[in-house]
This record gives sequence, structure tokens and C-alpha cells, in this order.
Amino acid sequence: MRSILEEEVTVELQHINVKLLLKESASIALDAVIPVFHSWIQDQIFDELLLDVADYRHVKQGPGLMLIGHEADYSLDNTDGLLGLRYNRKASLAGTNLDRSSQATRSALLACQRLESDTRLNGRFRFNGQDVQLIINDRLLSPNDEKTRQAAAPDFQRLANKLFGHAELTYNLDPRRLLSASIRSSKPVSTGELLKNLAD
Amino acid sequence: MKSSNSLWKQKLDGKMPEELAREIDIFETEIALRKQGKLEERLFAETRLRRGAYGQRYDNGQRNDGQKVQKLNFPSGDFTKGPNTMWDAPGMQRIKVPAGGLNASQLETMAELAEEYSDGIAHVTTRQDFQLHYIHIDDTPALMRRLAAANITTREACGNSVRNVTACPYAGVCTDESFDVTPYARALSRFLLGHPDCQNFGRKFKPAFSGCAQHACGLTSLHDLGLIAKTRINEATGREELGFEMYVGGGLGAVPYHAKLLDSFVPPEELLPLTQSIARVFARLGEKKNRNRARIKFLIQDLGIEKFRELVFEERKTLPFDPRWTEYIEQARSEFRETPLKEAPQNETAESSLVTIGDLNGASENFKRWMKFNNRPQRQPGYVTVTIALPLGDITANQLRSLADIVRRFTKETIRTTVEQNFVIRWVSKGDLPDLYKALDAAGLADVGAGALVDVTSCPGTDTCKLGISSSRGLAAELRRQVSEKSFQSDEAVQNLHIKISGCFNSCGQHHVADLGFYGVSRKIAGHAVPHFQVVLGGQWEHNAASYGLPVAAVPSKNIPQVVTRLTNRYVAERENGEAFKDFVKRTGKAELKNMLEDLTRPAAGDSSIFSDWGDPREYTLGDMGEGECAGEVVSAVDFGLAAAERELFEAQLLFEKGEVDQAGKSAYHSMLTAARALVRAENQDIGDDPDQIVAEFRQRYYDTRLFFDPFAGGKFAGYLFAAHEKAGQPYSEESSRYLIDEAQLFIDAAHSCSNRLGKPVAV
Ligand code: SF4
Repeated sequence: MRSILEEEVTVELQHINVKLLLKESASIALDAVIPVFHSWIQDQIFDELLLDVADYRHVKQGPGLMLIGHEADYSLDNTDGLLGLRYNRKASLAGTNLDRSSQATRSALLACQRLESDTRLNGRFRFNGQDVQLIINDRLLSPNDEKTRQAAAPDFQRLANKLFGHAELTYNLDPRRLLSASIRSSKPVSTGELLKNLAD
Repeated sequence: MKSSNSLWKQKLDGKMPEELAREIDIFETEIALRKQGKLEERLFAETRLRRGAYGQRYDNGQRNDGQKVQKLNFPSGDFTKGPNTMWDAPGMQRIKVPAGGLNASQLETMAELAEEYSDGIAHVTTRQDFQLHYIHIDDTPALMRRLAAANITTREACGNSVRNVTACPYAGVCTDESFDVTPYARALSRFLLGHPDCQNFGRKFKPAFSGCAQHACGLTSLHDLGLIAKTRINEATGREELGFEMYVGGGLGAVPYHAKLLDSFVPPEELLPLTQSIARVFARLGEKKNRNRARIKFLIQDLGIEKFRELVFEERKTLPFDPRWTEYIEQARSEFRETPLKEAPQNETAESSLVTIGDLNGASENFKRWMKFNNRPQRQPGYVTVTIALPLGDITANQLRSLADIVRRFTKETIRTTVEQNFVIRWVSKGDLPDLYKALDAAGLADVGAGALVDVTSCPGTDTCKLGISSSRGLAAELRRQVSEKSFQSDEAVQNLHIKISGCFNSCGQHHVADLGFYGVSRKIAGHAVPHFQVVLGGQWEHNAASYGLPVAAVPSKNIPQVVTRLTNRYVAERENGEAFKDFVKRTGKAELKNMLEDLTRPAAGDSSIFSDWGDPREYTLGDMGEGECAGEVVSAVDFGLAAAERELFEAQLLFEKGEVDQAGKSAYHSMLTAARALVRAENQDIGDDPDQIVAEFRQRYYDTRLFFDPFAGGKFAGYLFAAHEKAGQPYSEESSRYLIDEAQLFIDAAHSCSNRLGKPVAV
């Protein structure tokens, strides 16, 4: 029998955010994405209900340009000065932690792929294929403390391995910030490859 | 929506003020009742509005996507949270901040909520509130509990109620104030919150305090109730006395009204009872059906200020005594005295606290500008206040946390919001300014030009407001971009002008009191609707917003930046002897101003950009406008009382199911009392909570008169109340509890029928 100290602590990861960083972000102007986001609403391109566009470009290191949805928001987010596409899952999901983090990652990647291939953006949006952030947007279920980080680590690592084969994880240790892990791969992998890896 | 919603109640148990916790429990029950179809949508709408949970654009379930009107297929289908308001549609949560005062941990709470329930942004409003957008109604109880644990309430932040009590953010430190109004503003806020005499208004009621008459900070003349601090010498004692000039009936909206003087000196012990008397007169005589004439300003206009004054002072004589009227005074004065964290530099005087550019040789240009625009000296030598200019009133979660760290480091953890959608840090030791600047700059919060041309104020407009006609935020962002650098290069007179923008005539952006004001309108050009702004010039911000601007011309949104350039250039060129902008506008005259803008009222040939609004590529349409919830539904006090009775009965049923039969019986009995009280209150607004009195008055007013009698059952259901009242205090068995729950339901149903039969809409 395992002692209480050895007992595995479990954590339910809900409201998972996934952010993929852009390449050459300093030269990217977000204006061109506004009509793109509106067209995504016109065509309701995802299986989630898309509602509106919110423009926060005037705020420094903020959520940038947002596509607000019912189940999830998408944004070209500049938090911490790192510009990337962020998927924020708002509606709860059933399944395992890996199921949920895979869902969020897949949704984020599909949006990245669309931006990369949208002719209106002239190929200016390229994701670096090396940096993925996982952020858990629920402080009660997943506080950013040592215990929860340890409990979440295996699931985070499994996702990182699935995407990149192997990748380093670092954690934001500020207890006031949301629980988050940054995955960094030693070599870049294309968005399409990442989607494929995730599906395998 | 959030998986953790149901866990917060337990997690925060004992950490919330009891009254707030109870209020939120009630709201949660009302949500449950609505979901079960036991609370009608109109009532639920007003109840959520009174908790600050407001509708947002497209919440009627449709949106013009630029090509077609799309039906938004929400998972809850057509289930509503108010008339024509879909349950799942994102909403806005308004959060009250009395006198704009917050502490560091409250900033951190706001950060967490913005991140977890909203879009990562908290928005400071023109009434010192916070707003979070894109909130799901199911998340609101958890969100409210987290606020309550930080001692913040959303109660009565919207709806036909007393809104946030605002106050000058420099109160207590201002060089020109008569005295610190903060304790009085907070006391009035506490006193009026949930006050029974404030539950039956036909529209909202906004109070504001100012420490002096000559500056704008309190904007008292555009409020329903304006209080300006004043002192006088008591001739008998020779001692100085504190008091307030009390104004009533101001307001912006489509037609702005200046508040009128009700009393030239209201001492602190009369502040609460006199306000209560005003509330009672407003509740009794104010318009209830036509919301367009339901603000107190219309009542005062109809009656005349003399008659209104007479009624208020008559009412004052009849008010039952309330010890809270005076209890607060001593406690408030000591409780709210702010003090500095750091010592002031030696040998400082109030005047020398004003740092001049001359002191700043070698400093960066931005720092110099920040020193010039974002700081002002305090009354206390060696201390300054620092304004943090928020672009469009927006701040991120991370910035809020940084701000919490900053106020901990430089002050005793306090900060205030302002009506210009900014923050003010007070009690900064002058010697700390360079370090404070560095800390703010690192957090992206060192924007310069606070209160200047670049610091454009805007309401939400078409971004999120259902009534928005034009994109006020889109225009504000564009003007900020265009004028930011230019304004600092331009003439000093231009640098200090105010730009304020509203998305429609309702004036939430306070455009009437700006030098350059704009409000959204639409016009047809070549058969298409085109977003425009009406240009309103020469409003006065000083003297508590002493005069309102002059509408000059409607100009397509896309031409507004040119309007600003043209007007400011002309002002600089033709300004006479340091003339203020409003005087320039007056001297120039409407005809000439209109003439000056004439060509801009038409699009340039071939310019198709005018058919869409700033920051929104969709072809412009008015089709997305919805019905406003600013006023909310006018729901009578009787309806509210009966809804409360229903809720208590629902709670009784839940207790019964849990096997807590005695408690269930008590709750059922109480629900009958609540229903009876609601009816009694329609005739006697001073009815208290005493069960004997409620039952006696119910018997006298409704049973003996047979008004309560059902056409078929006669007085049978009233008999249930009388019997339950007689047995009150005895323990309930499972059987008696169950019977009582059934009887209570019949009694409440009969109370509804009685109310409908008698058509008692309001307390009289
Ligand atoms: S002024 Fe009009 S558009 Fe702006 S917030 Fe008020 S009602 Fe909405």
C-alpha cells in the first residue's frame, strides 16, 4: 500500500489556453487581421460559435486583437511582449487532461495554419514552430503552486512530447499568475507537422 | 461556463461580508428559478441589472456580419435572461467603486477576474466604476463572490437604482478643496445601498461629490445629486462648520440639464436624511412608465425647484429616525484618513512640490512630459499625486498586478479611479517620482498627457453597447494615434484641450462637457447608412462642468480627425489674449464654425471608406442596435417583493428536500410574510420587518377591505397567513412543513392576483 505522501495528487485541467509564438513579430501589424477575423465569423469556420472582434491594440502587452467566441476566444496576444496566437477555451470539456490540452492545441494550430495561408496576409504571419505556451485559466481548479505544477507536469510533458518528440518545459513561478508552462523545442516544426504529430 | 463556479461559495465561506454573501446567494437562486421557468424574464432582467449584470451588443441573438444578418446559435437556444436577451450571449459586468477608492489587493482581484471571466481587460468607466465585458451570466455568482471577498459589490451598479457614488479623486490632498469629501461619499454610498426607499425609482439616480466649486473633478452639475464641500463660520460659536451645497436634477443624455441648488448648506448630520427624503419624493412622484422622462431632472422641471424643495423638506419631517444618519460621522472621519508611506523631502512647501521642467535637465523627453502632465502637487508639502493615463480606460490583468505592487511600494496601498477613465496614485513622496516613473514605464503604464488632448475619453459605443450608433472607441483610438505626438509639438493651449466621445446621444462619454465633444449619429449618403459624429464644441470641464457644448454639424466618422486638426489650428491662429477654447467657440459663433466644417460633412469624391466605421471593416448598419438596458425594466416594488417571496419559498422547498423540515417551515412562513409585506408596502412605504405589524397591516388594508379576496376562494388564502403567523415559533413537523409550503405557494399566487387586479404599480 502506498503511503499518503506517495499518493499521486491529481489536477483537473480545464479552460486550457495554448499560445504559439509568431516569427519576426516586431514587424507584424495587426490591422490586416481585422477583416480576416470578421470573415471567419461570416463563414463560421470553426465548430465553435464565433461572435465578435475586439480590438485592444492600444493596450501595451495586452490581448491585442481578439476574436470572441462562445466556447473559446482566439487572439493575437501580446502578453509579456510575446506576440502569438492564443486560444482560450472558455467552455468546460469532458475527457482527460491530455484530451483537453490536445483539443486546445489543435484549435490553436488550425487557426495558425489559416493565418499562415491567408492570401490577404501575404505570408507575413509565420509561427516559429518552437515555442508553445500552455496556460490554465482557472485559479481554483489549478492554482499556480508547487503541488499543482507537479501534478500537471506529466500531462504537460506528454503533450510536449507528442508535439515535438521531446521538448523542455519551464514554469512561471509567480503565484499570482495563472498556472503556465512554456514548451521550447530545440528545432522548429511547421504548423502542419505539429498538427500531424498531435493527431498521431 | 467555468468548471469551478460551484466551488467558490464553499471556498470563500466566511470570507465575504455576510450581507453581500446573502445577496449573491439570492441572485444565484434567482438564476436557478429563471432556468426552471419560475421567474419571468422581465423580472429576472431587472434583478440582474441591479446586480450590475448588463446586456451587451448582439445579445438578441443576431449580428450583421457585414454580408448578412447571422443568427447566433447559442447552446441554450432561445432561452432568455431578459426580454429579447439570449441566456448565453456575453454580457457586461459593472463593478461599483465608491469614490473610486481601491486598495492593492482589490486591484489583484480585478486582475484575476478580468483574466478568468472576461477578455483579460478591465475597463475604467466615466463614473469611476470598473466594467468587464464578454461575461457569461452563469459565471456571475462566482465572480461576485470573489469581489465580495475583496469587499467590493456589484449591487445596484445598473438598473433603476442609486448608482456608484463618485467623488473627486484628489479628495483629501487637493490644494483647493474645502475638506475631504471621501468619508461622506462612502457613508452615503453605504447608506443608500439596498435602501428600501431607493428600490422604486423609474430610472437611475447618480450622486457625485466635489471638494470645491471651481474644478471639474466631481462634475456635480451633471449629476442627479451633486454635493460640493463648503465651510462656514458659526456666528454663535465662532467655529468653522463643514457642510455641502446640495444640487439636484442634473444630467446629460440627449438634452443635458444643469443641477439646481436645493440647499446652500447641508451639515453632515443632515446629508443622509435629506438624500433619503429626495429619494422618497423621486420614488413617489417620478415618472414610471415613460422612461424617457423618468430621471429626476424631469420631475424637477415639471414641479419647479421651489415646489420640489418644499416637498423634500416636508418629507424630511416625516422620516422615521435612523441612527445611521449621524453614527457614521465620527467613525468616518477617522476611518478614512489616508496617510503617506514615505517621508516627504525636507524643506518642501506645497508650491515647490510642483516640479518644473527646469529641474529635469538631462531627463528623457517622455519623463519630462510625464512630469508636466501626469503630476500635481498635494496640499501636503513634499507630496504629489500621479495620474496614470489609461488608453481608452483599458488595463490588462498583468498591469493591474504591477499597479498593485507599485502602490504597495510607494503608498499605503491605495489608489483611485477617475471620471476621465484613469487612475490617480496619491501620497507619492516627491523624491520617489523618478523611481515611480520607472516602475510605471516597466508596466506599460507611463503614457503621458493625462487630462490632455491625447487622453481621449470614450464610452464603449458600438464595440459592446447595444445602443451604440458609431464606434466611439474606434474613433478615440484613431485620434490618440493621430494626435499623440502632434499634440505635444503644438501650442500649449491645444495640449490641454479635452476630447470626449459618446457612441450615441446618451452621453456616457460626457461629450457635452468637452472642448471638442462628439456623439454618434447616422446619416444616409448615396442611399447607404454612414456612421457620423455630431460635433459638439465649447463645453466646460471646469467649475464642475459648468456649461455644455454647442452642436455644430454632423460629420462622417472618418472625417473627424480632420475636424480636430482644423479646429485646433484655427484656435491657435485666432486665439485672443489667452482666450479659452469655449470662449473662442462663442466668439466665432455657430454659423462660422459650421461653415468651417462644411466640406467635411461630405465625403471626398470616391472615398468609399466612409461606409464603414473605425476599426470595423463591415459595411456600416444600424441593424445591430438593440434595446438599451440602461434604465432596465420598470418593475414595481410589489413585483420585486413577490419575486423575493417566490425565492424564499423555493429555498424552503430545497430545505425540505434536504430533510431540514423545521427550517423549511420557517422559510415558507417567512415567504408569506414577504409577500404580504410587498402588498402592504404599496400603501405604507415605512412598513418594517416586524411580523406582527406586517400581518396586522395586511389584515387591515387587504383582508378587512376584501381587496385580497379571490373571486372564488374568498379570503381563504389570507387565512393561511393568519394561521401560520399564529403558530410561528412552534417547531414544524415533516407534515406541517409540507402543508405550509403548499399554502405559502397559494398565498403568494393570490398576492400576485391581488396585485394584478389592483394594478398597484408603485409605492404611493
Ligand atoms: S453613450 Fe450611447 S453608445 Fe455610449 S455607452 Fe452610452 S448608450 Fe452606449
